[in-house]
Amino acid sequence: MARSYSDSYEILGRDFIEAGNVSTEIKRTLRELGVSPEIVRRVAIATYEAEMNVVMYAKEATVKMEVTPKAIRITVNDRGPGIPDVDLAMQEGYSTATPEMREMGFGAGMGLPNIKRNADHFTIVSVVGRGTKLDIVVNIN
Amino acid sequence: MRCGKATLLNDRCIDCGECVRVCPNHAFVPQTSSFSDFSGFKYTIALPSPVFYSQFGKDVRPSAILAALKTIGFNDAYDVACASESVSIAIQELLNSKSNPRPMISPFCPTIVRLIQVRYPNLLDNLIPIESPMEIAAREAKRLKMEELGLKEHEIGAIYLAPCPSKMIALKCPPRKKHSFLDGVMAISEVYPNLLHALSHAGASNGKPEIRGLGLGWPIVGGQVASLKAHDSIAIAGLTDVMRVFDEIENGKLKDIQFIECHSCPTACVGGSLTVENPYIARGRVLRMVEQFGSQPCQDRDKIRELYQKNFFSLVGTIAPSPIQPIGEDISKGIKKMQRRHQIYDMLPKIDCGACGAPTCMTFAEDVVRGEAEADECVFLTMKTFEALSKNLLDAVTRQSKKVHGSHERQSHEAS
Repeated sequence: MARSYSDSYEILGRDFIEAGNVSTEIKRTLRELGVSPEIVRRVAIATYEAEMNVVMYAKEATVKMEVTPKAIRITVNDRGPGIPDVDLAMQEGYSTATPEMREMGFGAGMGLPNIKRNADHFTIVSVVGRGTKLDIVVNIN
Repeated sequence: MRCGKATLLNDRCIDCGECVRVCPNHAFVPQTSSFSDFSGFKYTIALPSPVFYSQFGKDVRPSAILAALKTIGFNDAYDVACASESVSIAIQELLNSKSNPRPMISPFCPTIVRLIQVRYPNLLDNLIPIESPMEIAAREAKRLKMEELGLKEHEIGAIYLAPCPSKMIALKCPPRKKHSFLDGVMAISEVYPNLLHALSHAGASNGKPEIRGLGLGWPIVGGQVASLKAHDSIAIAGLTDVMRVFDEIENGKLKDIQFIECHSCPTACVGGSLTVENPYIARGRVLRMVEQFGSQPCQDRDKIRELYQKNFFSLVGTIAPSPIQPIGEDISKGIKKMQRRHQIYDMLPKIDCGACGAPTCMTFAEDVVRGEAEADECVFLTMKTFEALSKNLLDAVTRQSKKVHGSHERQSHEAS
């Protein structure tokens, strides 16, 4: 049976102070396991983008990390407004960020496409009025 | 702590020198050279870090300090602040070319370079590939003396007077090249008493042209940034804050920042563990020197630009990452050990008391999993085990006693 190591984390919406801590924590765990720097970088970026989306738009979210010798799986399950048109949101440059968010350097519209770019598998399911679930897989070579 | 002795974990050490500063028993002693190490040279040149200029009275000028150094055992003393100014011009040229990844990171704090090698290998390409002022100054000082006195390079000893032990390691193992131009490093604190006495004889100023230039500002936080014309540059000090910013860069932020000056020590080099003066007082002296002499350049800007184009300042080669030993030999074993570490951690009191020798309960759990400690080294675990054992023993004795003596006789024994 393949071994796996799991951990889970909580993200609070609107908490810009703690924002980024989950991806940093996940990065540390992966480095400790000896995952190559390039893979760690991709997971960190994908997780960070997902984390920022939660902070900017959702009420709260649970992040689960599962590491096996073959792959790293990150799932982000949020309670929030949901995304009405996922295909539109997946387009580069499309953003619903407020002017204030852009001023802070967020919301360039690169979030979801950036996650897709860094992942080997990426699925996104969203229900308007309930929330969004992201499933991100990065393979370990 | 192992067996009552303070131990260093080499693959995690980034030479920040805090252990030297904080250990109440002075268990850690930095390895720097002393005067007797240089007896083999025909000619010695002292190259004091510009921090050195801030260590003496507010009226003592850099030129007087350099003059006094020549009376305490060095043949000559060479100003490094001027080299800092040249290096800032070179950095400016590099930033103008815009071909490197952004932000570019200052490579002059050896502890920060080590931090990146160990923990942020993805940022190795962001380190500016330019020689440090101490190297530029040593190379130039030796060249001048070789010409003037007809000496060979190996006959001249260039000795850096450093504010921290990190610089000593940078001398022994310079990143990107085989050998330093420096031949030794002395602690500022070691040279300080000799110089104090020499200054009391020599006086505060000796009428020579004063040391000048923006390099004088380099010892404090923001000194490098102030010497550049680069807008959108930031200066950070203290490892916690530096790591926070490095995490942000790895997350893809701060792309609009051109240059980052970063220091392991929270007050930058005036706060190094081998300095003598209070870092806040030293900072005030640096600001005063910059105000008095900083705006007069000591270098010809165009000449330095030309030298930059001729690769006078360039460092070639890459810096290798030097990651911490992973928890397992491969990811599968690592996962197993992480699970085990979690199990052990759950049994611990989680109060980080330090009695086992590890700084936190989590690191103790890791030590056990890595085979470097035994679980019974935790006083609380042992107590719990002992309590459980005692209870079992007491129960067993009581049961046995009831069997042998019968319960009513035991009660009458207890009453008397």
